[in-house]
Amino acid sequence: MSTTEKYVTAAYCVVFALVLVYVLILALKLQRLEREVDELAGRVPDEDTEQAPQEPARVG
Amino acid sequence: MGRTRIPLPALAVSSVVLVTTALAFVFFVAPNDQSLGFSQRIFYFHVSIAFAAYACFICGAWQALRHLWKRDPRADLASYVCVHQGLIFGTMVLITGSIWAKVAWGRWWIWSEDELVLFLVLYLFYCAYFMLRFSVDPGPQRANLSAVYALFGVVLIPVSFSAIRLARAYFHPQVFTLHGPNFGGWILVTYCMAQAAMLVLAYTLYRLEIGGKRLDVRLRRLREALA
Amino acid sequence: MTYVRDVGALARKDLLLELRARDTLPAMLLFVAAIFVVFHFALPGTPSKLETTGFLWVAILFTALLGLGRAFVPEREQRTMDGLVLAPCDRSAIWLAKSLATLAFLAAAEVVALPLYALFFHGLGGAAVAAVILADLGICAVGTFLGAMAVVTRARDLLLPLLFLPLAMPIVVGAVGATVVDSPGRYLGFLALYDLLFAVVCWASFEYVVAE
Repeated sequence: MSTTEKYVTAAYCVVFALVLVYVLILALKLQRLEREVDELAGRVPDEDTEQAPQEPARVG
Repeated sequence: MGRTRIPLPALAVSSVVLVTTALAFVFFVAPNDQSLGFSQRIFYFHVSIAFAAYACFICGAWQALRHLWKRDPRADLASYVCVHQGLIFGTMVLITGSIWAKVAWGRWWIWSEDELVLFLVLYLFYCAYFMLRFSVDPGPQRANLSAVYALFGVVLIPVSFSAIRLARAYFHPQVFTLHGPNFGGWILVTYCMAQAAMLVLAYTLYRLEIGGKRLDVRLRRLREALA
Repeated sequence: MTYVRDVGALARKDLLLELRARDTLPAMLLFVAAIFVVFHFALPGTPSKLETTGFLWVAILFTALLGLGRAFVPEREQRTMDGLVLAPCDRSAIWLAKSLATLAFLAAAEVVALPLYALFFHGLGGAAVAAVILADLGICAVGTFLGAMAVVTRARDLLLPLLFLPLAMPIVVGAVGATVVDSPGRYLGFLALYDLLFAVVCWASFEYVVAE
């Protein structure tokens, strides 16, 4: 591999690495969002029992 | 928004396929340039990333205009994400450009390369955009200031470009032509391939990021409602 | 016609404030003199005319920044911005008046700075003076606009140079070009075009900076 080829490869690797880092940051953010959703969902008390009395109202 | 949108997984797959194909074309199909040799291969991605970054900045300004004009509440966030994306692509442009300068001239920075200098100015400008945005509390005022500054950006692009061209007359009288007569055939095909890949990649990342940001906003509202 | 009267009244208010308090203009004058002295010691050997021209423009730009940073301080300290926004005049009149007032300060500082430069370094030609006038217009139009933006942020004075310098790069190109080349027409034309373009953009969008 000549020096020029090394530099060209390095340039493409840098681009690849930057995109990878960006996607990684996005993934981490998504993970945090998921955790927050879980936390919020934990605060809502027993979804199933709460919704049950509302359902029969729609009959008829 | 009533428009149907391309689903995100399809976008992700197509950007991976396009980028891989473009890379294969760059390294195995495109012929060596007669005057620049192997080093010219940096350009396929360098130039297409630069155009993608411009597209991001222009899109950001368009969304800023929509915010100011129609008071569309989603436009402010879209404008910010566009500029953010443009800045990330801008970083890649500066790094690849710097590597290219090292290959071609043996130095890491070269002032006679107009596009690169223009990009440096724009990069500083949009970094200041971030400083501005993060030193105002979220609210209508922040949205307005960001939008106005993003609009200044698109005015600055052509003005800076002609300024740098003008400055050349008192710095570097000689003219460099990079894509001169031999810009055709496989070189053109490879370039178009790389450009399409970068635009689709930029759009995919944009959709990913804005999706996350909107989710974040909704989540915050939900938490406030529950609290 | 009322627009012109509004602008006149607002600009007169700023000039009157400066005449009474005298805090911006003396600072600008002192700054530009001090910076020339610093430049003399920063340039080893006998600097050529070309090099000192560059420094003249750096000095002008930084002096302008000093004045622009102060431009909206009275509005902030005395909280008069709300009053101005509520006043029954076009909002762009606030920007225009403030630009004119800042232009007056900058011009006054340059009336002293340019002869001082000629005395310390090299003489200046007619093209340089024309470039100074045209560049001042651009600096004040864009700088005042950005000053109004910076003053509402948390970072305040810190932010103005960051916002302003990338936008001022074309001004520097036009001004330095007009000062150093033999036929400055192109550069002066470029400066005039810059002034016009950004004045229109600032005039049209100032409302969004001050209104919520």
